[in-house]
Amino acid sequence: MKGEAVVARDLDVRYEDFTALVGATFAVHYGEALGIVGPNGSGKSTLLKTIAGLLLPSSGELSVLGQPPRKLAPGTIAYVPQVEAVDWSFPATVWDVVAMGRFARLHFWQRFGSSDRDVVHHALGVVRMGDLAGRRISELSGGQQQRAFVARALAQEPKLLLLDEPTTGVDAATEEALREIVRKLVACGLPVLMATHDLDRVDDWFDRLLVLDRRVLALGTPREVVESGAYSAIREHTHTHGHLRHDHEPHAAHAVHPEMRA
Amino acid sequence: MTLLLEPFHYAFMQRAFVAALAVGLLCSTMGTYVVLRKLSFIGDGIAHASFAGIVIAYLRGANFYIGAGIVAVLTAVGIGFVHRRGRISLDTTIGVLFTGMFALGVFLMSQQRSYAVDLQSFLFGDILAVQPQDLWLILGLSVVVGVTVAVLFRGLLYTTFDPVVAQASGIKSPAYEYALLVMLALTIVVALQAVGIVLVAALLVTPAAAAYQLTSRFSPMMILAALFGAASTEGGLYLSYYVRASSGATIVLLATLLFFLAIGLKYLRRV
Ligand SMILES: Nc1ncnc2c1ncn2[C@@H]1O[C@H](COP(=O)(O)OP(=O)(O)OP(=O)(O)O)[C@@H](O)[C@H]1O
Ligand SMILES: [Mg+2]
Repeated sequence: MKGEAVVARDLDVRYEDFTALVGATFAVHYGEALGIVGPNGSGKSTLLKTIAGLLLPSSGELSVLGQPPRKLAPGTIAYVPQVEAVDWSFPATVWDVVAMGRFARLHFWQRFGSSDRDVVHHALGVVRMGDLAGRRISELSGGQQQRAFVARALAQEPKLLLLDEPTTGVDAATEEALREIVRKLVACGLPVLMATHDLDRVDDWFDRLLVLDRRVLALGTPREVVESGAYSAIREHTHTHGHLRHDHEPHAAHAVHPEMRA
Repeated sequence: MTLLLEPFHYAFMQRAFVAALAVGLLCSTMGTYVVLRKLSFIGDGIAHASFAGIVIAYLRGANFYIGAGIVAVLTAVGIGFVHRRGRISLDTTIGVLFTGMFALGVFLMSQQRSYAVDLQSFLFGDILAVQPQDLWLILGLSVVVGVTVAVLFRGLLYTTFDPVVAQASGIKSPAYEYALLVMLALTIVVALQAVGIVLVAALLVTPAAAAYQLTSRFSPMMILAALFGAASTEGGLYLSYYVRASSGATIVLLATLLFFLAIGLKYLRRV
């Protein structure tokens, strides 16, 4: 399927008295993985939350699969937040959490059936958590918690997948497994949006990159974005994440985005 | 043997046992959500606020349940609204509003002559005074809340655990929160007659908290909580007949005992 899965036109998103996103205009196609990069506080999470319908834009237009996010049928969007603010002492096993991914798809009169169980099993396998299915969530490591939440999103079988830094804190093997499943879903036509700070592997993950710093600074294939120079401006800010590269001209970066100087 | 069955000979005792069973099951089922969503202060607040409604209904000669019910539901929805807005601290709002409402109830009550006696029964409940029509209302409301919990079960579970991601997936977390608060309000109104305002919060929290000690998944916790709740209300009522003590206080003491037994059992399983 070709066409545009997400269309944002002149989108502003405000918190109380702070505008976190200004005039964002972009489109995401079906069957593409879009990477969202930018320094801390640049509005990556804000953008994902807005697309998920958790925040309302203060102005501009946003259409997700042809509709405003809150009008979509239950189960359409799966979202993996950057920080899971849940009560970890909740009485639930890994299986229980991943099974919740199915809930939006089931009407109350429908049973949680064997096909649902198969999907949950498969999702657990993808994040390599099959053997931990019965473990209580309070007894997971940080990376295992993150993997359980990614599995829950996969179990939902969504039409749009939103991932907010899902690889933070997970081991290399899981990261690679996650990349493979994302590429597989994208190949099946699913649109995927993912915020990341890992700039070294953007070529392997994404079809296109959106460079964000309250405004959209650049949008294009990773190669185009690198050539535009906006990318190096972002790289300059990512050294706290261990991806420091001294292979760019700082002044060239400032020419791209003067506000960053402050 | 006849001595042991003696309480069941009286019609008012039979009604009390049926009412106690319904209240025990209802409170502890809702209590599972109260404990996991940390709503115990809200439950306490709704119960206290309802007092104003009870007194007004009493003074106007209206039904106890109608007065308490209206105030409880309005308060619950109000709390949900304040909670959603998130501008003022929820604790503060509840603290201010409910002590005020409770004082209003006491104020109106104290202008009446028979003040002391009636206040006592509102505060501590009198399950032995349950009338046939009260019983039907209790059973009816129990069925309504029970069916609603069953129908909304998955949505309530998901929004209790992770309201943000549930909402992103298209499950309307605020609607579930309001539904839960309204059910909580109705449950409290039903429980008021049985255990009274002062002890209703205990019945909402203690059985579920005891079940939480012994279970690691949601459904078993809810079932065990219901068992503890029913055991406390039935057992408490039965014991209160022999020890000639307040039924409400005996029920809560028994629930508290079960809670400490559960903690002890959890500790024993660890070592
Ligand atoms: N709930 C909130 N209330 C007020 N301001 C907020 C809120 N959440 C975020 N902000 C502000 O909005 C801006 C964008 O935040 P956002 O979380 O979208 O950044 P981000 O790009 O995801 O950053 P990071 O790389 O640290 O995850 C920040 O300046 C932040 O301070
Ligand atoms: Mg973020």
